[in-house]
Amino acid sequence: MHYIANGVKEALRIIFSADPEFLAVVWVSLLVACISTTLTTVAGVPFGIFVGRSRFRGRQAVIAVLNTLMSLPTVVVGLLVYSFLSRRGPLGGLGLLYTRSAMVIGQFILAFPIIAALTVTAVRGLDERIDLTVKSLGADSRQGFRMFLHEARFGILAAVIAGFGRVFAEIGVSMMLGGNIKAYTRNITTAIALETSKGEFALGIALGIVLLAVAFAINGSLVVMQKKAK
Amino acid sequence: MKRAMLTVLAAMCAVMQANAGETLRLATTTSTYETGLLDHIFPPFEKKHGVKIHIISVGTGKAIKLGENGDVDIILVHARKAEDKFVHDGYGMNRRDVMYNDFLMLGPKDDPAGIKGMKSAADALKRIFDRQQTFISRGDDSGTHKKEKLLWLKTGLAPKGKWYLEAGQGMAATLRMADEKNAYVMVDRATYLFNKDKLRLVKLVEGDKLLFNPYGVIAVNPYKHKHAKYELSMALIAWLTSPKCQDMIKEYKKLGKQLYHPNVADPIR
Repeated sequence: MHYIANGVKEALRIIFSADPEFLAVVWVSLLVACISTTLTTVAGVPFGIFVGRSRFRGRQAVIAVLNTLMSLPTVVVGLLVYSFLSRRGPLGGLGLLYTRSAMVIGQFILAFPIIAALTVTAVRGLDERIDLTVKSLGADSRQGFRMFLHEARFGILAAVIAGFGRVFAEIGVSMMLGGNIKAYTRNITTAIALETSKGEFALGIALGIVLLAVAFAINGSLVVMQKKAK
Repeated sequence: MKRAMLTVLAAMCAVMQANAGETLRLATTTSTYETGLLDHIFPPFEKKHGVKIHIISVGTGKAIKLGENGDVDIILVHARKAEDKFVHDGYGMNRRDVMYNDFLMLGPKDDPAGIKGMKSAADALKRIFDRQQTFISRGDDSGTHKKEKLLWLKTGLAPKGKWYLEAGQGMAATLRMADEKNAYVMVDRATYLFNKDKLRLVKLVEGDKLLFNPYGVIAVNPYKHKHAKYELSMALIAWLTSPKCQDMIKEYKKLGKQLYHPNVADPIR
């Protein structure tokens, strides 16, 4: 217990002294996760709305595939993207392996099914009568759509938050595509792995505390969103 | 709303790219990186050339693969045979010796296999094999792993069984595992000295000539990979083999002990 207590004490010191290496790592996590979540939201939410509202052949299949892809193992995504981005791979000429961009690409693939599928759920969960009600009140299709979005906002926000949570806390993609390069692609999860392998538990614990804090914040806001979406 | 989002997105992408000054990608072993040596000897070069060296720290086998694929510009590894093949097959150019140290075998204080003080590392491994004492292998095709395999070859034995555990991880992680399990392990002297104060394992076998551990740096062949930053790599090789850097390597110590020996002037092969 002494061992763990000492680690936690040292971890708190690292956090409150704004240790530069610690901050650099947290920054990379935030930066990459925010960018990938933003891109995924821009692509995934409209896609989810479309799938949720339209009727087309194969719609059920699309929804089923999205739901399955939500639990893609991160190392498998990492492996797949790695094989494409390596110089020997088809996209090798772009020189993207071991860059932040590569991490964003991998995280996009991880988050897309989540944001899209949960948006579909949010959209389908809305009372179908909203469209009719809004039309009967004289709204044109554009106004109707905005009303619809307004009603769906919490469900969609929950989808985005869930997507962010997934990519912020993962390690498979970050490690394989980012390469854990100090001050560049080393984020919270890859740093924890490295520090633990070196036996440097204090820094690992400090980062773990941040990760947990963010995870709780995410879960907390998700609960709030989902309550409001009802 | 849309315009605001686009501006934010553009700003984020700009921030991401802002970091991209000139970079040089180096693949190296965990045993050089985890001891902090590179963080010590690279900054003067980075400052002088306005370059950031991106270090990808993996096992030697993977580092060499990255060099073959052209995913990096230069490699710093420790597996002479594999390095020579790398150059011979046309993937690398201008291999140079940089530094050396040696491997040792660590084990539990009470040494159940009874290898303490043995002069031959291969014989020590044989005894561990005979007594089925837990041994943690790197198992990752790293320079350390290749050396271990070479020693097993000398014994004529193929290690297998519940006692022979292949960690598949870097040197520090493997050492941690061995320490946790109070098992035998082979480690390079630098990683050992760097972690000594955290270990309960003790030094049991050292000094065998076969445990000699030289490191070499090789530039990726620009004729094979047109994008490889050859001139910058050669500049880094020049720095690593320069008297100033060689002195910095000699002076790099942990707990008062020298971790690596310069190998350019009066090289030991």
